[in-house]
Amino acid sequence: MNNKPNQLSRRQLLREGFWTVSITAAGAAAAVLAARSRRPSMVWQIDPFKCIGCGRCATHCVLSESAVKCVHAYSMCGYCDLCTGYFDPDPKALDTGAEHQLCPTGAIRRRFVEEPYFEFTIDESRCIGCGKCVVGCAAFGNGSLFLQVRHDRCLNCNECAIARACPSQAFVRVPADRPYLMKDQR
Amino acid sequence: MRRGILTVWILSGLLLGTASAETVRRFPPPQFETDYVMPTATEPPPRAALWDTLDSAVLLGTLLLAVWLIFFKRRRSWIVALMIFSVLYFGFWRKGCVCPIGAIGNVTVSLFDSGYALPLVVLVFFLLPLGIGLFYGRVFCGAVCPLGAIQDLVVLRPQPVPEWLETALRLGAWLYLSLSVLFAATGSGLLICRYDPFIAFFRLSSNSSLLILGILFLGVGVFIGRPYCRFVCPYGLLLRQAGRLSRRHVTITPDECIHCRLCEEACPFGAIHAPTAPWPEKTLARDRRRLVFLFVLLLFLIAAGGWIGYRLHPLLARANPTVALADQVQSMEAGLRSEPTDEIRAFRTTGQSDEALYAQRDEILSSFALGGTLVGMFMALVAGVKLIAVSVRRVRVDYEADRAGCLACGRCFAYCPRQRLRDNPAERTVSNTSLQKEAANA
Ligand code: SF4
Ligand code: SF4
Ligand code: SF4
Ligand code: SF4
Ligand code: SF4
Repeated sequence: MNNKPNQLSRRQLLREGFWTVSITAAGAAAAVLAARSRRPSMVWQIDPFKCIGCGRCATHCVLSESAVKCVHAYSMCGYCDLCTGYFDPDPKALDTGAEHQLCPTGAIRRRFVEEPYFEFTIDESRCIGCGKCVVGCAAFGNGSLFLQVRHDRCLNCNECAIARACPSQAFVRVPADRPYLMKDQR
Repeated sequence: MRRGILTVWILSGLLLGTASAETVRRFPPPQFETDYVMPTATEPPPRAALWDTLDSAVLLGTLLLAVWLIFFKRRRSWIVALMIFSVLYFGFWRKGCVCPIGAIGNVTVSLFDSGYALPLVVLVFFLLPLGIGLFYGRVFCGAVCPLGAIQDLVVLRPQPVPEWLETALRLGAWLYLSLSVLFAATGSGLLICRYDPFIAFFRLSSNSSLLILGILFLGVGVFIGRPYCRFVCPYGLLLRQAGRLSRRHVTITPDECIHCRLCEEACPFGAIHAPTAPWPEKTLARDRRRLVFLFVLLLFLIAAGGWIGYRLHPLLARANPTVALADQVQSMEAGLRSEPTDEIRAFRTTGQSDEALYAQRDEILSSFALGGTLVGMFMALVAGVKLIAVSVRRVRVDYEADRAGCLACGRCFAYCPRQRLRDNPAERTVSNTSLQKEAANA
C-alpha cells in the first residue's frame, strides 16, 4: 500500500517527535500556569474613588439592564433634607414628585426619619446605573452614593464591556471572596 | 425658602470642592434621637466557586462522550444531540463564558502580567480540548464547542470553497490570533471576547453591533459551513495543529476504503481529500529547485513582514487605553481640542502629571514596536510555510478526512456504504435481492 516506505516513516518519525514535544509542552504549561493560578478567582468591581459617573455603566454592559447599580453607604450619608443626589438641580418643590428628581427612573426612595433627616434608599430593580445621582451627591454632598457591579446580576465577562469603555479606568478585578469596594469600608 | 437653602448648598459645594471622586465629608453624620437603625448596603455574592468545578467536570464529560460518539458509536444523530446539549449548557446556561477560545487571552495576560491570577477553570478550559486533541483530534469542535455547534446546526446549503481561497482566508485567522496575543500581552484588551459573534445570542443581549455580527455569521453559515471556525477562530488554529499530530483521526469509513467516491461531496467544510494521482517522477528536480527558491523567498517575506509590523505599531497601539488617553491629553494641551473628554476629566481628578502619563505611553509604545514587528514576522512565516506546504508532495491512497481541517462533525459517516451496512445489515439483503431481480429481468 505504501510505495514510499522511507519517506512515510520519516514523516511518521517527525510527527512522533512533535507529538512528544507538544504533550510535554502542554504538561509543562499546565504545571507552570496552575502554580501561578491562585484561588479564589477574580471578579470585576468599580473603584468608587476613581469613577466619575460618566454614565457609560448604564449603556455599555452586555446585559440590556446593566449589572452596575447604585449603592448607598448609609454611614457616610448626611441624611440631608435637600439631597443633591436626589433632587434635580433646580427643583420646583422639595417633595417626591418625579419631575423634581434627578434619577431618570425614580429609583431612589426618600423617607422621612426624624426632623430634619431623610433616608435615601435605592430600589435596585429600578436603578439603571446611570450615575446621575452619584455625580450629584459627589458634587455637593458627602459622596455616599456610588456605583458597584452587583454580583447577583454580573456575568463576570472575561473582558467586561464597561471596563473597556470606562473613561476613568475604574474597573478592577477583585478576589471573589471580597467582591465589593464599598466606599465606607476603606 | 428651601430653594434658597439649596442654592446656598450648591454654592458652598462649588466652593468646597470640585466634582472629584474624592470623598468630602461636607455634612456631619446625623445624631438620631429616635431609635432609627442605619441600614447597610447589601452585598450579593458572586457565583459560587463550586460552579466552576462543575463546568470543568461537564467539559471533561462532554469531551469523553464526544470521543466515544465520534470514534466508536459513529452516529451523526447522537453527535447532534451532544451539540445541542453543548449549545444549551456552555452557550445559553453558562452564557458562552468561559470558553477555550477566549481563554487564549487570559493565558496570555497571565504570562505577561504577574499581577493577574489565572483562574483554574480557565486553565482547564484552555488545555483540556488541546490535550484531548493530541489523542483524538478536534473532537472539541465536533460536539462540545458551543460556537461551533450553533454554526453546525445552520449548515443547510453548503457551497464548496476553493482550497486556495480557504487557505488564504485562514491567514486572517492567524492574524486575528497574533493580534489577540499582542493586545492581551500589552494590556490593551481581550479581542477574542470582544468580538465573540454569538455572545449576543447566548446572553439574550440586545447589543445591536454584537447581534448584527452574530446574525451575519449565522446567515453566511447557511451557505458557507461554519465560517467562524474555518476563517476566524484562533483556538481552531491551535486545534488544527493538535489534529495534525493526534494519535487517532476521524475516519470516514469504519473499515477499508473501497473508493466508491460516495463521500467525496459529503463534507460541507471541504475536509475530505481524494486520493492523490501518482506524482510524475521527472518533475523531481524542478520541485527541488522550487523548494529552495521558496525558502529564500521565506527569508525575504519575514523581513518584509517585520518591517510592515513595525511601521504599523503606532496605529495598533491606539487600541491601548493609556496610549489613547495620553494622545487625548496631549492634543488638549496643544489646544487642538476645546472640550475635555470624560477620559481627560477623569485623568485630571487623579492628580497624575502629564509627563508621567507620556512616559507610560512611551513604554507601551516600545512594547508595541517589538510586538508589532514580531506579529509581522510571524504572519510572513505563516504565509511562507503555507506556500511551501503547497509544493510538498503528499501521498494519499484513500479518501481521507483532512487531519487539521476535519471538524469531526460526523456528517460523512453515513455516506460511506460500509458504514451503512454496519448500521443496518438488512440493506445488504435488500440490495442483493434487487440486484437478482434486475438480473432476472435482463
Ligand atoms: S464607566 Fe467608569 S466612570 Fe463611567 S460611571 Fe461607570 S465606573 Fe464610573
Ligand atoms: S440616578 Fe441613575 S444610578 Fe442613581 S439611582 Fe437613579 S438610575 Fe441608579
Ligand atoms: S462583567 Fe459583563 S455583566 Fe458584569 S458589568 Fe461588566 S459587562 Fe456587565
Ligand atoms: S474552530 Fe473554534 S469556534 Fe469552531 S468549533 Fe473549534 S474551537 Fe469552536
Ligand atoms: S467528520 Fe470531518 S470530514 Fe467528515 S464531514 Fe465532518 S468535518 Fe467533514
